Amino acid sequence: MATRDPLDRSHIIPPKASIRLGPTQDEEVFGEAFSGQVVSRFIKYVSKYKVLLWVAITSVLVFTVSSIAIPLIVRNVYDEALAAGSPDRGKLTTMVIVFLVAVGFNFVANYLQELIVGRVAERILVDMRRAMYDHLQRVSLSFMDKTEIGKLMARLQGDVAALQEFLQTAVFAIGDFVLLIGIIGAMVWLDWRLGLMTLAVVPTLFIIRIIWLPYARRAFLRARVTSSIVSGALAENINGIRAVQGLSREHVNYDLFDIRASDNLKAANRASKFGVMMLPIVDTLTGAAMSIIVIMGGFFVLGGTIEVGVMVAFVLFVQRFFDPIRSLTMHYNVLQRAMASGERIFEVIDVPVDIADKPHALDLDEIDGSISFKDVTFGYLPDQPILKNINFEVKPGETVALVGPTGSGKTSTTALVHRFYDVWEGSVKVGGHDVRDVTQDSLGRHVSMVLQEPFLFSGTIYENILYSKEDATREDVVAAAQAVGAHEFIMKLPGGYDTPLEQRGGNISLGQRQLISFARAIVADTKILVLDEATASIDSYTEMLIQQALNRLMEGRTGMVIAHRLATIRGADRIIVLQDGEIIEMGNHDELMTLGGMYSRLYSMNYASFDDIPDELIQQATQAANGTST
Amino acid sequence: MAFHCKWRLFFGFVAIFIASGFQLAIPLLIGSAVDSALSLEGAALDISNGMVASAIDSTTDVFGEGSNPAKTALIIIAVFLFIASVGRGLAAMFQNYMGESIGQMIGYELRMLYYEKLQRLSFSYHAGVHTGDLITRGIIDVEGVRMFVQTALLRTVFLIVLIGAGMYLILSLDLTLGLISLSFVPFVAWRATAARLKLRSNWYQLQERLSALTKVMDENLGGIRVVRAFASQDHEMKKFDEASNETLILANTQVGIRASNISLMGVAFMLAMTGVLWYGGLQVVDGALNLGELTQFLAFMSILLQPVRQIGMLVNGFARGSVTGSRLFSVLDLIPEIQDKPDAKDLDITSGILEFHNVSFGYEGEHTLEGISFKAEPGHTVGLVGPPGSGKSTIAHLVPRFYDPIEGHITIDGQDLRDITLDSLRQAVGVVEQDTFLFTASIEHNVAYGDPWAPDDRVEEASKYAQLGDYIERLPGGYDTMIGERGVSLSGGQRQRLSIARSLMLKPQLIVFDDSTAAIDAATEQRIRAALTDLTKDRATIIISHRLSSLMHADEILFIEEGKIVERGSHDELLAQGGHYNDLYELQIRPDERDEQVSGSVDGEVGAS
Ligand SMILES: Nc1ncnc2c1ncn2[C@@H]1O[C@H](COP(=O)(O)OP(=O)(O)OP(=O)(O)O)[C@@H](O)[C@H]1O
Ligand SMILES: Nc1ncnc2c1ncn2[C@@H]1O[C@H](COP(=O)(O)OP(=O)(O)O)[C@@H](O)[C@H]1O
Ligand SMILES: [Mg+2]
Ligand SMILES: [Mg+2]
Repeated sequence: MATRDPLDRSHIIPPKASIRLGPTQDEEVFGEAFSGQVVSRFIKYVSKYKVLLWVAITSVLVFTVSSIAIPLIVRNVYDEALAAGSPDRGKLTTMVIVFLVAVGFNFVANYLQELIVGRVAERILVDMRRAMYDHLQRVSLSFMDKTEIGKLMARLQGDVAALQEFLQTAVFAIGDFVLLIGIIGAMVWLDWRLGLMTLAVVPTLFIIRIIWLPYARRAFLRARVTSSIVSGALAENINGIRAVQGLSREHVNYDLFDIRASDNLKAANRASKFGVMMLPIVDTLTGAAMSIIVIMGGFFVLGGTIEVGVMVAFVLFVQRFFDPIRSLTMHYNVLQRAMASGERIFEVIDVPVDIADKPHALDLDEIDGSISFKDVTFGYLPDQPILKNINFEVKPGETVALVGPTGSGKTSTTALVHRFYDVWEGSVKVGGHDVRDVTQDSLGRHVSMVLQEPFLFSGTIYENILYSKEDATREDVVAAAQAVGAHEFIMKLPGGYDTPLEQRGGNISLGQRQLISFARAIVADTKILVLDEATASIDSYTEMLIQQALNRLMEGRTGMVIAHRLATIRGADRIIVLQDGEIIEMGNHDELMTLGGMYSRLYSMNYASFDDIPDELIQQATQAANGTST
Repeated sequence: MAFHCKWRLFFGFVAIFIASGFQLAIPLLIGSAVDSALSLEGAALDISNGMVASAIDSTTDVFGEGSNPAKTALIIIAVFLFIASVGRGLAAMFQNYMGESIGQMIGYELRMLYYEKLQRLSFSYHAGVHTGDLITRGIIDVEGVRMFVQTALLRTVFLIVLIGAGMYLILSLDLTLGLISLSFVPFVAWRATAARLKLRSNWYQLQERLSALTKVMDENLGGIRVVRAFASQDHEMKKFDEASNETLILANTQVGIRASNISLMGVAFMLAMTGVLWYGGLQVVDGALNLGELTQFLAFMSILLQPVRQIGMLVNGFARGSVTGSRLFSVLDLIPEIQDKPDAKDLDITSGILEFHNVSFGYEGEHTLEGISFKAEPGHTVGLVGPPGSGKSTIAHLVPRFYDPIEGHITIDGQDLRDITLDSLRQAVGVVEQDTFLFTASIEHNVAYGDPWAPDDRVEEASKYAQLGDYIERLPGGYDTMIGERGVSLSGGQRQRLSIARSLMLKPQLIVFDDSTAAIDAATEQRIRAALTDLTKDRATIIISHRLSSLMHADEILFIEEGKIVERGSHDELLAQGGHYNDLYELQIRPDERDEQVSGSVDGEVGAS
């Protein structure tokens, strides 16, 4: 590693199937330098802190003015008090006091500007992040399905920080601008000839800057893009580390990451070349300006046209003259970045909430627990219906089971009950009301779900079972855990119910996770309970125990159960067999068995060992499934 | 690499001395300029600084004596000033570039080290840390260290050289005035140290709080379906607000420390300047000092203004750098629990027999597995059943050596897993995980993940084995269809089949299916199994399943309970034993009688065990 050129990656042949490692093209890193829309919306967030910001801006101005005043006072000390002919102690003391006052203002203003600008910027960062986060809680799941969490996180963190930086810079930029104007004004006021001569170097700087900017911008852009690609690659590897290690892809990933990281290194080095290039240019111009002051100013002093104090003040001014110019051009970069970030933030905030409560949506207190699907057609992608013309009804207190090959639309059906998505055609009614006419919040209070993928939060087991049902007691939690047969294993854990779970519940087995997620749904204590393969990773014995407890719990409740082990669902009041998004059979176990259709075929397969199944049965089932899931 | 850095560092230091030299020459020249401007026409030059004066003398010789010495001196000083400025600029450019390129290089090295380390760290480590936290370390903390190296390292030296040399020059010019003008230095040093400590602990806490906030947001977005299913947006907003306010408080404290720090350092400097102006002014009034000297002091001070300001920023950088550095190195210093022995050999498969010899294992001290022994031979299938948490997946995780047994050992063809290289082992062993993870990428990329150079037809073949081929071909995008994060846009069974296809791509000698057909219907599972018979006839297979029809024809079935094998044998033998396995079978096969017969008998069994 030490011997080869660190930036040469030509020896790595990229694999055919490399994982996409970075932002998609739509992720513009730099935007326009100025976007009126972004700024005006940003101002809305800022206006809450109007008063504070005015104080901050005033401090910036006071700070700037006092910074300009200080060289001027020095000049007065020279010319009034120390002037070659008549030194004057009294005047010196007065001047020094004036100087002290200026220093005092400078100090207070400096403190206030740093403090207020810093704090307001932090506050606004939190506000913007909150606005985005709050919105994400309401946007439709179809948006969330398509959007990578990493990308949203980048917006919640990086982009918000870029806007924060922008706010800070914007306030200080005002100061820089005033400083620049002030210095120019002071110089011209002190001596206009010398002032103008000194200022002659400024256009040169601007011309150089204008030539420099597009190149530098491209270099900075590239550095940022490559850096976010590196971050994306890192995040992907961390998230999928188990798959990476299990499939021993470490070497391939390392090489790929190396390509990205060294791309970034190259780009960053190029960008810093552009950055440091300005240093000698600015210093050369400062040197030129100082030389002009020394020669011309010196000659003027010699000739008696100006006093020596003016020359000293000029020298002091020139040394700080280029600072604001430099930082103003730096601000330009921040500004561009902030505009792009702002656009991305508002893009999230503007994602339409497809599934919103109607203005006068009902807030249901009590429902009877009936569910009805009428002529429902639904799909995720346009023109590709997943559910076609689904009709069924569940009476209060009934339990229906959904059966079908994988991908036949079982989970999708349950998603509609909770209005995760809106149907294309037809209607879904819960408790006699169209789900689109009631508030989502109240729907949530009446329908609880055990999702197919048991997602748990980091936190204790107790917190996970309780989740958002804050009025449930510890007894409720324990009772729910007992009902699903989780109590025993929980009590065996070192911390009992207070055992912390790692991310996604990684420190307990999948079946145990499923039990906890089951208990969570029971604590929610709702009229309608949806179980989407809730016991798929649980053995039949434990499942039977749960079933017995459920028989008690389900009294007066409506159930919707999905399972592949048909023994699980035989007892349901009604069984709905889905295939390819259509209902092909419906009835109770005995009816369906006598019908001799898909259900009875699946049923026999489930209990028979594969090798015992007659060939023609497999053939039939295979054909049936062929047209369906795969 | 280190070589590169060393030279860059060296040149950086050289540049620092040059830059400081030029920087310090500037006030001297300015002071002299004031002197010569003040000297009356024709009168002798009275330049307070000996060095500059002699420089001017030797140069005026070249010009000849005819011209006005004051004007000549001014021109010469101006030229020197210009040269000093340009020199300073060039040296500063060089120094900054060296600093940045060292920073970039170190950032790159750290990234690669971090990435490498994360890939090597074993499951036991990854199970205990949050991914969001690891990502933050890899991005923000690496950046923190890089910035520290880039700005702080060389700049600190620059500032020390500059301030040190400045102090020396100032003190040698006039001791009293020098002391007054430098009176701010101890104050600044004291503030800097005090603030550094405060900022350090603040940065540390802030970083931790930010991680917590990241965790809240990340899990909320990842578990959005749960959030929606329980209509718990309010609850989630409360969690967010709590985490977010904690960071806000810390961030505000930090702004406060920084603001008072910067302004206090600034005012200390300004007060020193006032002192110089007042005392120096009196001296001038008394005629003990000339104006040029006073100007030199002021010019020196204004050159020191920028470094003093930067000290404030550097202090913050130091505090942040040490926090991010310690967070980063705490990961880099970890030793992976599982790694190749120095003399590890590649696995040499002769027949492909896997054997567990009296294996015990526990995650955190407690005993998850105890005395597990079994043998899986090529062409044979071992089935595992048992209640949730009994240790089946744990057994599966020991085979590719995601963890090491505490007691006993595992061999493949007589070779202890601990003596062979991880790479060769994991190439030979395919585990279809219970908890499927898919990448946000096309279907093809996901299937080919373990064998990225595989030709298209192998990808298709593997998908067909997993009974996914027809589904994929019917998709509008075919194999190029992107699947959402963790496969959200697939049904549960489709995800599992994709994961099966992915494992089959490696053509492993030994396959473990960890409950990988739970979400797949029996018919589809049957077709998968039928397709695989060809593939598995000379390979050992381990199947974990709750569906007994998947296990019935295993050559040996192990019933696991609380980490122990409580029953073992073929399907028929186990039925004959009439134990737990038999009960499960009864439940799945003859559910009609379950309420009366089975539950009674099983209850009895459990009570006894
Ligand atoms: N990473 C971990 N850290 C600590 N404990 C763990 C970890 N993974 C599993 N466990 C514990 O080890 C025991 C065995 O878990 P394992 O995942 O092997 O069960 P399993 O038999 O596969 O169950 P299931 O049928 O639910 O998948 C359980 O008690 C579980 O809580
Ligand atoms: N969020 C989603 N976005 C796009 N397609 C989806 C999504 N969820 C499921 N699908 C597709 O819809 C079909 C039905 O899925 P699902 O209802 O989950 O099936 P299952 O019957 O196995 O529960 C599958 O082909 C699946 O790929
Ligand atoms: Mg499903
Ligand atoms: Mg398991």
